[in-house]
Order: sequence, then structure tokens, then C-alpha cells
Amino acid sequence: MLNFIISRTLQGLAVILAVLVITFGLLKLSPSSPFNGERNVTPEVRAAQNAYYGLDKPWPVQLWRHVSGFATFNYPPSYKLKGRNVGEIIAQAFPVSVAIGVPALLIALALGIPFGAMAALKPNTLEDRTATIASTLGICMPSLVLGPLVALIFGLKLKWFNVSGWFDADDWVLPAMTLGLIYSAYVARLMRGGLRETLAQDFIRTARAKGASEPAVVFCHALKLACLPLLNFLGPAAAGLLTGSFVVENVFQVPGLGQHFVSSATNGDHPLAMGTAAFYAMLIVAFNLLVDIVQAMLNPRIGLKT
Amino acid sequence: MNPPANNSRISESPWQAAWRRLRRNRFAIGGATFIVVLMLVCWIAPGYSAYGQSQQDLNLQASPPSAAHWMGTDSLGRDIATRVLYGGRMSLLIGLAATAVALIIGVIFGGISGWIGGRLDAFLMRIVDVLYAFPFVVFVILLNVAVGEVVKNWIATSSGLSVKAANEWRSQAELLILFVAIGAVEWLTMARVVRGQVLALKKLEFITAARSCGARTPMILSRHLLPNVLGPVIIYASLTVPGVMLLEATLSFLGLGIQPPAASWGTLIADGAKEIESSPWMLIFPGTFFTCTLLALNFLGDGLRDALDPKSLQ
Repeated sequence: MLNFIISRTLQGLAVILAVLVITFGLLKLSPSSPFNGERNVTPEVRAAQNAYYGLDKPWPVQLWRHVSGFATFNYPPSYKLKGRNVGEIIAQAFPVSVAIGVPALLIALALGIPFGAMAALKPNTLEDRTATIASTLGICMPSLVLGPLVALIFGLKLKWFNVSGWFDADDWVLPAMTLGLIYSAYVARLMRGGLRETLAQDFIRTARAKGASEPAVVFCHALKLACLPLLNFLGPAAAGLLTGSFVVENVFQVPGLGQHFVSSATNGDHPLAMGTAAFYAMLIVAFNLLVDIVQAMLNPRIGLKT
Repeated sequence: MNPPANNSRISESPWQAAWRRLRRNRFAIGGATFIVVLMLVCWIAPGYSAYGQSQQDLNLQASPPSAAHWMGTDSLGRDIATRVLYGGRMSLLIGLAATAVALIIGVIFGGISGWIGGRLDAFLMRIVDVLYAFPFVVFVILLNVAVGEVVKNWIATSSGLSVKAANEWRSQAELLILFVAIGAVEWLTMARVVRGQVLALKKLEFITAARSCGARTPMILSRHLLPNVLGPVIIYASLTVPGVMLLEATLSFLGLGIQPPAASWGTLIADGAKEIESSPWMLIFPGTFFTCTLLALNFLGDGLRDALDPKSLQ
């Protein structure tokens, strides 16, 4: 177990390093300097800026500067959000994304698991059909359509919540609801598939044969295995939800992490782009590790593969 | 998919059996019909529309649906029905073209990885793992921005085109870069699918049999391996199209994809989202078309999976 965690952590660090290098390489492909957009600047000021951020050095030195900065938690300053370093920016935006992402995940699970399980327990009935069609519709309803509609209905018409911004204590509700509804469709689908497949297996027949009641069969025998496909989806999904959805944060004007992913990539803020990408990769690595451990606990046949 | 010599029905090829199963699936056939009709309408109807894509009627700015403008007009007085059709062309085109890019990269990458195996396989799959840990929207944006600037600079400085021609080429190039950038992100799962399939197939007896009969590698790849990989590839490709269209819409929504005056469903939805309070029809019509198209594509993809891979039905 310990060996497994250590080896996966080392692999994860290699992945994060690779993500940093790839992001840097893509940013450097763009020929213009990050500060070309700023006008009314004398050449001396520009040169001083370039020297301060190390942009006058050859690219391997720049890369090393960034990577060693992140590795020692000595975060480089942002090029565009002056006076703040990448660590501060992420530390400020991340809680906002978490405040939306965690309720969204809970909504998705609370809606998706019961509906998916119900559909699987009554295959080919009206309930099953309805749940399946509803979840397909949810998968096909993109957040860029659902988000504005949710804002229109609950924000503008019913006036229950603010339409946009991050001022009141309940401003997380609409974005979390939008994301939760969309993700619940995926959860329901995976739950239905997982449970149906598990219920068809031999050990379920054995459990029924020895006289276990139907609830006992479902809850004690089937549920553990049936959750595995869902669990595999939840790892990356949780990382994505916690780092913010670009579209939903844009629709509801929420100051989460998502905006920094987009703006830093487009306006050439190299340290912030590298920092957010590495942060996302870190969460992915961590959640995948967690998923693998839980998976091995639920199903001894899978085991811990390094 | 089973190897060709399967023991199912009398003289029915696996493809005929798949077609028979697909025809029985009402959702899949409905989805396919919807897509075909939509494509025909998007390519033919704008020619008969009374309005152009960018034609403005400033007397009717942001007017609700009416007899003259079936889906209303947008805040610049343009006919939304016409724009939805032109936008549909763009969205469908990107969906198909970017899927083709993803398909080519994924099949070649996964094929090489699975066929050669060993260390190369381990190395190539590590690359895929790393790219999976990448925030994919960021990856598309970076690719789009970086490659876009390189290409635009090249067009402006060293291609020797006149300014007007260069401008025209630039918008074509932007579109092409978008296809490639989206395709370059969406190939990962395709590569895994193909690799897994090739890895399993190459150990089977019929490959050994073909080899012992003297078949060379190109022959084995094209006649024996490819037909067996085709099923999963078709299934996955049909499920990639909606994913690609969603990614394009997301990028366009964020202002990074299709640039005006061109329009796609993503840009129309973005325009509508800004005016959601005063003129909800600006979002509802393109949004409905987009959602229905994704739904139809998903039904078709699920139907193809059930038809081509009967095992998934239990």
C-alpha cells in the first residue's frame, strides 16, 4: 500500500512536470512578447520589465526559473495581474470554485444515483425509459444553454437569487445547480450501467439463491461493485468541477479559477497559465490515486497496480 | 466485433447483422434522419432565405418571432432563422472535420502503439496519460493562440500574398487551426480504444494463421486487422462528433472559436446569453437546434454501439 502510494506520487510529479513543460512550450510558440500589448512604454521600461521577469534570458533558463519556483513554493509573479504572485491568485480563486464545485457534485450524486439505480432495478419499464431519456437529454443540454436559462428563470423571473456576481452568501446556488444538473445525467447513466451489469453476475444469483432479500442483494452485494464505473468518472470530474467550469463561471460572473485558465492562456500570462495547468494536473493525479485506492478496497480482484 | 469467421446466423455477414440491428432501433434511425435532414436544410435553405447572414434591418432590432422573421431578429436586426442555418453549417462542418482529425491521429497513434508494443507502447501510452491530466480547454486555447499567431505571421510576412488575399487566407487559416486544435485534443480516447483492440487482436490465431500463409505485414494490417478495428472506431467516432461540437461551442462562447462575421451555434448562443433578459428567443432557437443535434448524434452513436457490439447489450 505504502509502496503503491509512493510510486504513484512520483509518477504524478513526473506528470505535473510534463504538464509544466508542455504549457511553457506552447506559450513560447507564440512569437509576441507578453508585454507587447502595453503601450506608451519606453524601450528602457520594456527592457527593465523583461529583465525583471527573466524574459531576456534564453528559454531553458526561463523554464528552469518557473519550474524551480513552483517546486519550492516560491511562486513566480503574474505578468498581467500586477503585484500578485501565482500562488496568491490561485489561493484566492480556488475557494470560490470549491464553493460551487462541492455542492454541484453533491447535487449530481443526490439526483443521479437514485434515478440511475431505479432505472437499473426496473429495466425496460416506463421509469427506466424516462430516466434514460432524461439523462441523455441532460448530457446533451450544454451548460452554455442551461446556464443562461437557469439565470433567466430563477434569477430574472422568480428573483430568488442574484443573476451574476459573487456578493451574497447564496450566490453559489445557481451555478452549482446548473453544473449539478448536467453532471447528474452522467452519474445516472453510469449508475444504471454499473448496477445492471453487476446484477447479471453469478454472485448475485448465488445471493438470491441462499435467500437474501432483494434490498439486501442490492445494498449489501451489488452496490459496492456497481459503483466502480461511477467512481472512475468521479475522479476527473471532481478535479474539473473543483477547478471551475469556464462556461458557468463566465455566465454567472463568478471570480473562480476558470477565468484564470482562459485569460492567462490568451493574454500571455505565462506563470499563471503554467500554474493553473499544473494545479489542475495535481488535482487530477490526486483524485485518480484516491479513486484507485477506493476501487481496490471495494473490489479485491482489482488490486493496486502501479 | 468478432473475427470474420463467426458462428452466428446463416450466411449473414457481421455488417449485415449490424445493419439489421441498427434498423430496428427507432431512436438511432430517428437521430440519423434528423441529422441528414438538418444537413440538407442547412446547406440548401439559406439560398432561398429572403435574408442574408449579415443583412441588417435596423427597423427591427431585437424583435420577437413574427411572420417575416420566424425566429425573430438579433440586436443588430439580423434574421435569426437565417443565422441559425448558417451557424449550423459551421458547427456541423467543424464537428465532422475535427472528428476526422481526431480519428486520423488516434488511429495511427493507437495502432502503432498496439501493433509494435513493448517499450514504445509503454512510452506512447505515458504520453496519452500526461495529456489526459491536462486541462483540455486550456490545451485547445494554447494551441489555437500559439499556432494561430505563427501561421498569421507567416501569412502576413513571408507568403508573398497581397494584403487582401492575405486577409482572406487568414480567416480560412483560423478555421483550419480550430479544426486541428480541437482534433489534437479529442484523439486521446480514440488512441486508447484502437490500441486496446489491436493489442488483443494481434495475439489471436487468425493473425498467426495469416502470417503462416505468407501474408506480409501491410496485408495483415489492411485485410485482417483494419476490418476488426473498424467497429469500435465507428462507434467511438460517432460519439466524438457531439463532443467536438460542444468543445467548439464552448470556445466560441468564450470568444475564442469562430470569429465574426462568421457564426456558429456557439457564437449565436453567446450572443443570446448576453440578451437573455430582454430577448430570450435569441438564445432559445439556436440552443434548441444545438441540443436537438447533440441528442440525435448521441442516439445514433448509442444505436451504432448496440448494433456493432452486441455484447454490450448483454
